[in-house]
Amino acid sequence: MKPKHQRLVLALLALVALIGAGLLAASALREEASYFYTPTTLAKAKVEPGKAIRLGGMVQRGSIKRDADGVTVHFVVQDRDATQAVMYKGITPDLFVEGSGVVADGRMDKGGVFVAESLLAKHDENYVPRELKDIDMSTAEHSKDTLAE
Amino acid sequence: MHRFANPARFLGIAKPLTPLLLWPGMLLALGACWWGLTQVPAERLQGETVKILFVHVPAAWLGMGGWTGIAIASIVQLVWRHPLAGVSARAIAVPGAIFAALCLITGSIWGRPAWGAWWVWDGRLTSMLVLFFLYLGYIALANASSEKGSVSRTAAVFGIIGAVNIPIINRSVVWWESQHQKASITLGGSAIDAAYLWPLFASALGFTLIFGAVVLMRMRAQLAEIRIEARMRRMAED
Repeated sequence: MKPKHQRLVLALLALVALIGAGLLAASALREEASYFYTPTTLAKAKVEPGKAIRLGGMVQRGSIKRDADGVTVHFVVQDRDATQAVMYKGITPDLFVEGSGVVADGRMDKGGVFVAESLLAKHDENYVPRELKDIDMSTAEHSKDTLAE
Repeated sequence: MHRFANPARFLGIAKPLTPLLLWPGMLLALGACWWGLTQVPAERLQGETVKILFVHVPAAWLGMGGWTGIAIASIVQLVWRHPLAGVSARAIAVPGAIFAALCLITGSIWGRPAWGAWWVWDGRLTSMLVLFFLYLGYIALANASSEKGSVSRTAAVFGIIGAVNIPIINRSVVWWESQHQKASITLGGSAIDAAYLWPLFASALGFTLIFGAVVLMRMRAQLAEIRIEARMRRMAED
């Protein structure tokens, strides 16, 4: 074997080992590195009330209800299989609309309602001009973010 | 491959190629940005902020593409000992770092109105920040190399190890729930309306040409430095 070939084999072996290690580490982090719980994973995780967590999903259509005080808002976050009731007091972001994505920081209360301390809107991967907005994006072909897997 | 191993032959090609990449790249990038800023419609939810797409996405692609180039050049350097491999890896590092930074900055500016936060520590943003720090580390290592113009083997090994981050950036939005949206453009198609897609492709091509021109310029500068170094040494010996 020529030295050049030896180096090639070594480099390829190193590359395979590196990528393998990277993939192993990434898959081990699968749960821990997620930025938020979805309603489904939250239901499975049995998080105790009062622990600071993050919840993400889609705002269920027709679920947004604002209290008379004007700042308290109740809504339901859903993914494909589960739903979670949320309460938030504060100004909601511009992109916070029914059917769009949302990520909330907060805690579960004893009654099973998620009390959000801050709300972030989550934009999906669809880029559509305003003139076409009446197309229901939750039924769009490419909509991957619409409901978390 | 060794046909281009001769730096003199490389310089003969690189010199006329540089302006051929640079000026069409400048025209295309500027034209696409003008097109993107003034001619595209507002997006259904983001409104006018969608227009940062035409800088953000090409910057992200080039930031990641740059490190892929460094990794390939590093393998070529370690295996074939190609004299230009180290020079090219070193030349890619600075523009790569600049595009990675541009991606982070434009993303942050977009995140504030779109999400309501300048920064979040989700998988995509964190792995992209790691890429930027890897570039800084690589530049420091390459500058510390004793071999003039080229880079040390340590830097080349670092270039290969750092490549692990590239598939992680790409997959971060698939593996982990993230604040950042999933990929809009995949092999299966595009979720971006044609009104945004064409200026995006134009600006991506334009920035890529500029990237190529900058890499060639930096390679030529480094080869010139090697020649100066060699000439000085000869003069000192006489």
